[in-house]
Amino acid sequence: MLEKALKGSKTYWVWIIFLLAVMGAGSIFYIIQLQKGLTVTGMGRDVSWGFYIAQFTYFVGVAASAVMLVLPLYLHNQKKFEKMVTLGEFMAVAAVVICMGFVVVDLGQPQRMLNMIFHPTLNSMLFYDMIVLSGYLLLNIIIAWNNLHAEYQRRPHPHWLKPLIYLSIVWAVSIHTVTAYLIQGLPARHLWLTAIMAPRFLASAFCSGPAILIILALIAKKFTRYDPGKEAIRILAQIVTYAMVTNVFLFLCELFTAYYSNIPGHEHILTYFFTGLHGANALVGWAWVMAAAAILSLVILVPSRFRNHPDMLLVGLVLLILATWIDKGLLLIVGGFIPNPMGTITEYAPTGYELMISAMVYATGLLILTILWKVAIGVKKEIGEA
Amino acid sequence: MGSNRRQFLRIAGITTLLGLGGGITLSASSYKPQSDPAQENEKRLRAGRWGMVIDMRKFPKDPEERQRVFDRIIEACHSTNNVPEGEAKPIQEVKWIWKDHFEHVFPGKENPFLAERVEQSEFLLLCNHCKNPPCVRVCPTQATYKREDGIVQMDFHRCIGCRYCMAGCPYGSRSFNFCDPGPYVKDKNPDFPVRMRGVVEKCLFCYQRLEEGKQPACVEASNGALIFGDLDDPDSHIRQVLRENYTVRRKVDLGTEPSVFYIV
Amino acid sequence: MYDAGKILIGLVIFLLLLTFPFWFSLGQASYESPDLQLPEDKEECIEDTEWMRKNHMQLLDDWRDTVVREGKSIYIGKGGKKYDMSLQKTCMDCHTSKEEFCDKCHNTASVDPYCWDCHVAPEEVANGQQ
Repeated sequence: MLEKALKGSKTYWVWIIFLLAVMGAGSIFYIIQLQKGLTVTGMGRDVSWGFYIAQFTYFVGVAASAVMLVLPLYLHNQKKFEKMVTLGEFMAVAAVVICMGFVVVDLGQPQRMLNMIFHPTLNSMLFYDMIVLSGYLLLNIIIAWNNLHAEYQRRPHPHWLKPLIYLSIVWAVSIHTVTAYLIQGLPARHLWLTAIMAPRFLASAFCSGPAILIILALIAKKFTRYDPGKEAIRILAQIVTYAMVTNVFLFLCELFTAYYSNIPGHEHILTYFFTGLHGANALVGWAWVMAAAAILSLVILVPSRFRNHPDMLLVGLVLLILATWIDKGLLLIVGGFIPNPMGTITEYAPTGYELMISAMVYATGLLILTILWKVAIGVKKEIGEA
Repeated sequence: MGSNRRQFLRIAGITTLLGLGGGITLSASSYKPQSDPAQENEKRLRAGRWGMVIDMRKFPKDPEERQRVFDRIIEACHSTNNVPEGEAKPIQEVKWIWKDHFEHVFPGKENPFLAERVEQSEFLLLCNHCKNPPCVRVCPTQATYKREDGIVQMDFHRCIGCRYCMAGCPYGSRSFNFCDPGPYVKDKNPDFPVRMRGVVEKCLFCYQRLEEGKQPACVEASNGALIFGDLDDPDSHIRQVLRENYTVRRKVDLGTEPSVFYIV
Repeated sequence: MYDAGKILIGLVIFLLLLTFPFWFSLGQASYESPDLQLPEDKEECIEDTEWMRKNHMQLLDDWRDTVVREGKSIYIGKGGKKYDMSLQKTCMDCHTSKEEFCDKCHNTASVDPYCWDCHVAPEEVANGQQ
């Protein structure tokens, strides 16, 4: 089956070489970071997690792309998702690889990473996050690959996969919950210390993951003429919309609690985001772009008239991805460290090193995605599903 | 044909893994220490729970003189523990014991019209060696852990540099070695190691000095303004000081139970 | 077998690469233990020389856990003698030169332990620099 990835058009190879080039360029920066230490980043003693961990958090959400197809297909027998489900599962694989990549590049001593396995620590949420992420990776590889292989051989899907598929649905919820628990149980980080952190993670994952999946599927359709099915995209867009409404609602709940209670600790970071605090205002622009993009995306996605129009849908989804990315991939992690435990503000901006190394991790994920999708679409076309 | 090859590859793969595993177990079991070779140092100072009182009344009244005493204490800590100074990027500074103003040491307690002597003075800050340390709770490798005597210890050999403990600590007491600290440590103490880039560090209550029967370096340099002792022992000097004075701790409402007390 | 020729050529190349260390070092001088500078005024180490040569790395690895994690800092060596478990304070007290003792063997054997990334070597203090 893998041989399908070895035969492709010129465009395919140009894309692969481009991704390899980005990975190569980024790895030079990573080697320098390994030698000099994380001093090449914009992080410091106050904002001690930055762009890397923020991307990690965002891509845990993207990995949810699979479950929003698997759940309707297997629990509600929504056959329209059959053609798309493999793509969703393979995208989850790529997203989890990206997550793990970002955790590794953020470590100060990556060569000691296995200490997490040699000295398993049941009271650390990071330990559970490692387990749920690698478990989700494994589940999706096993399920998607074996199903695809059965289709390739024109046999029915293997029965022994059924329990694993049901498990993967529950497991998908666990990766967001545990990643939220990673930050929501820390005593003095006001932005994170909220019981709705995990629900927020789920809501934002269930809109951003499938949104990215729809866009990538439409791109793939353009290049390969493999149609995942109009109905599938229509229903998925509906799911995305409901999830985004929930996501925005939960964010507004945070605003209400902070400002109506008038407790300074809860207000400070939100004020810092939207108007700046004590003269520090590095993220104000981003925060307002997020707000505008979120509102506009809902204006487009909520009325079915707009949502069912292919071009409008695309615009709506791009706005939604922008809003959720700024929320989780930029503000959420940095915001936990502002103000610092002394009540003072140190601002953060990623350096060129961080951006280049992040590009390397992104490119690695995209390469895996491209190869897996190439195989999947190749097989599906061969058996005449196209 | 196809499935035969597949089977062959599968068996070959499993055999290789088993072989590798066996090799690792063999090499690990070949080392045997002489007998039971480790013992505690007899000079070691012991406690149920080490703690500290910072008595602000015992520092000089004159602001400049007070600064000098603070600096002398900080210097004693830094030279004992090889703490780097003057890093290239100030936001990536390493701190073990340092000074700051009241509103930063006790945020949320800064009343308007604060007594002048409190408002204008600086305070010493260090790791609180909490009874319920959040940093220990979050560490994924037990590189930071609580010793039986209450010291929140760091195992620099084991730390992977994930910085989760820094997110967990509500007091900003933890520092990460963003760069190699070596060049920023002047006059290295040959009796104690420096750290390497990529690990987290903090005050350890000079556990290596307690081992030799000595008080922490800052306490020794403080002329009695810092009182160090066993919080679990009702007859200890520190307990007597706590009985006789009104003390405060940083952010008690978080449930961390700091072991460092302040007499303001 | 399809492509028998290509497979055979591939196998030959693979075997050549696999045996690279053997034929590459043919005709080269065999390994000789370097001469180490031993302390002049000390008679014995904490354990037998042979044992130390073989096991010092595991010993030091044990020490760091025992001292930092178990709070035991005294080592009982050969003949019941007591030593402070400390690379800097005990080992380097006799073996005063890292270059002439540690590095000589490590360099010849191409091993690169990172002890000295943190631990302070005696010369370093004397010269007041790296």
